[in-house]
Amino acid sequence: MSATATLKVWRGLDPRAGRFESYEVPLEPGQSVLDGLRWIRANRDPSLAIRFSCINANACKECMMELDGVTVYACTARLEPREMVLRPLHNKALVRDLVTEIAPPAERFKG
Amino acid sequence: MTIEPARETMHVETDVLIIGSGGAGMYAAIEAARAGASVFLADRSLVGRGGATVMAQMTVAVALGSQTPDHWRHHLADTIQAGRGLTDQRLARLLCEDGPDCIREMDMWGVGWARRDGRITQAFAPGHDRPRCAYVDFLNTGPAVSKTLRTVVNKTSGIRKAGDLLVVDLVRHDGMVTGAVALHLATGAPVTIAAKATIVAAGGLTRLYRRNSASANMGGDGYALALRAGAPLIDMEFVQFFPIGHLAPRLIGMDPIMWDPFRYKLGGRLLNADREEFTERYGTREDGEYVITRDLATYAIIKEVEAGRGSPHGGAYLSFEHCPAAALREAFGPVIDRLAANNIDLTRMPVEVAPIAHYHMGGVAADVRMETEVPGLLVAGEAVGGANGANRLSGNAITEALAFGRRAGRTAAERARGGRHAFAAADARAAIALVTAEGGKADLNTAAMIQTLQAAMADGVGPFRTKEKLMRALRTILELHRELGDCPAGGRGPFDMQRIDWLDLRNMILVARTVALSALRRTESRGAHQREDFPGLRPQWQVNQVVRLRGDEIEARSAPVAAEVAAQ
Repeated sequence: MSATATLKVWRGLDPRAGRFESYEVPLEPGQSVLDGLRWIRANRDPSLAIRFSCINANACKECMMELDGVTVYACTARLEPREMVLRPLHNKALVRDLVTEIAPPAERFKG
Repeated sequence: MTIEPARETMHVETDVLIIGSGGAGMYAAIEAARAGASVFLADRSLVGRGGATVMAQMTVAVALGSQTPDHWRHHLADTIQAGRGLTDQRLARLLCEDGPDCIREMDMWGVGWARRDGRITQAFAPGHDRPRCAYVDFLNTGPAVSKTLRTVVNKTSGIRKAGDLLVVDLVRHDGMVTGAVALHLATGAPVTIAAKATIVAAGGLTRLYRRNSASANMGGDGYALALRAGAPLIDMEFVQFFPIGHLAPRLIGMDPIMWDPFRYKLGGRLLNADREEFTERYGTREDGEYVITRDLATYAIIKEVEAGRGSPHGGAYLSFEHCPAAALREAFGPVIDRLAANNIDLTRMPVEVAPIAHYHMGGVAADVRMETEVPGLLVAGEAVGGANGANRLSGNAITEALAFGRRAGRTAAERARGGRHAFAAADARAAIALVTAEGGKADLNTAAMIQTLQAAMADGVGPFRTKEKLMRALRTILELHRELGDCPAGGRGPFDMQRIDWLDLRNMILVARTVALSALRRTESRGAHQREDFPGLRPQWQVNQVVRLRGDEIEARSAPVAAEVAAQ
């Protein structure tokens, strides 16, 4: 029996009306929280919204979210064999699930 | 805080539309803006952070002659040599000749090239005849290049930046590209962009492979956009695998190609499961120096694994155990601490490395003005095909991003000056329908489909190919094509991942078909394309393969290498 992490993930489009969903994620030593979220998308629920570009390099800075109330990069936070609570950044506009509006205002599209 | 989903199509007008904001896109934007054009710089991720440039931890090949006398003609000779007879010498010349100027301009902009005694340091890299590669310490070349260009973009008037804007299709009128349709990811709204000139600078296709060194947005978007707009692609069978991508132990917060600079500076030893050096068995003896080229190293590692002498995770060991701790610290400073955080101590243990999809030599056919066959459509950076022939030299990718980006920006501004908008809403209707579609398959696991495609490409269209493996991959690709269907999955809301995946798969599947088909047709082995059933170069294959889209069919034919055409 290999270890698992339980990712309790905030889901929704409205910050006042979201819900948590929990996912059991297989755990290999050294894996990142982003690895776990990508596993959920491919194996449990492809609709889970996350954003990242560089996957692993901590170069794009897109995968910022809150882990147990602390802001982290999902690509450098480690998966651990316990319940880990993931929420979108509370001080940024919510887009969906764990995705928030993180671009500087001058770099956002304005129609 | 919430973002209200926008329903109406939004419309913008610009002289020059640039798709992609890596090194090529940003340099193009700067150059077009300083030539007086209005620029709209669109990126599907954050501006200046999502492409391949920011990931490049290595070096930039450029004939500065700052330490050893050099001339761009020497750099060109090496680039042509590496290309195994397929290099478009006009494009390669542009890369080598304009490179020094771009690198000096980057220097003036404060990128911080590593220096010794006040002169830009140039490291030796395999395939170059002399030390030629500039870099920024420590493992910071790409991030420094990206940051510098972002700063200049921000200071240049006339550039509008738009992140989270996924371009879905180019729009044409009477065969000319007149703009594009995009999906604004943050709201789910369709956006139309009218442009007098459009530059595709969306990078390569490494996301088609399971293990790759680039970012998640390098899924061949630019190739697919150009192909559907009527532009031909060339050399699509030539995918470069980086031989020593990090394999194990699991390493986070670092790019998997990070070991190359260690090799440049300290040599390092490639070892098999018996902890023996093995590259000599395949023709290149290293003796602790880094001299083996990428295609040969990839071959040596894969053959060693096939012979049962691979490392536990299926690669080779890379060892710096013979290097004193002080030398490692001097060469890599804080990187040593980042490795320690991953429980890696190079003085006591080797790491495991294996080939990883890294770069695409093929791409959109272009001339030295960076114009494609389709009026109004230009291309820049890795999206351009031909400059590196069948195999790219280390260090040429950032150089081509900068040199091609600058040239594309200049040409686009010239075209815009004499041109007028020809965008018509009616031409954009089909693409808008994709963005706003309702009622697609709800149960389509788009994330799993991407993994299936990546596995098929890695297993069947990897560095070593056979007819059988290629046919198997093509069957999977075509099954995925059928499964995908014509109606996008997901909905119209903000950041709908199934909609985004579906649109990505539409591009990835199309581009995967061009790679697999071109690889199947090329019945020889050359550079990065190695057919185990057709070993060795065949003179009759010293030709480019050109692919076009006819309806939903891919048409491939052979054409003389560009330089030979020019010489006639």
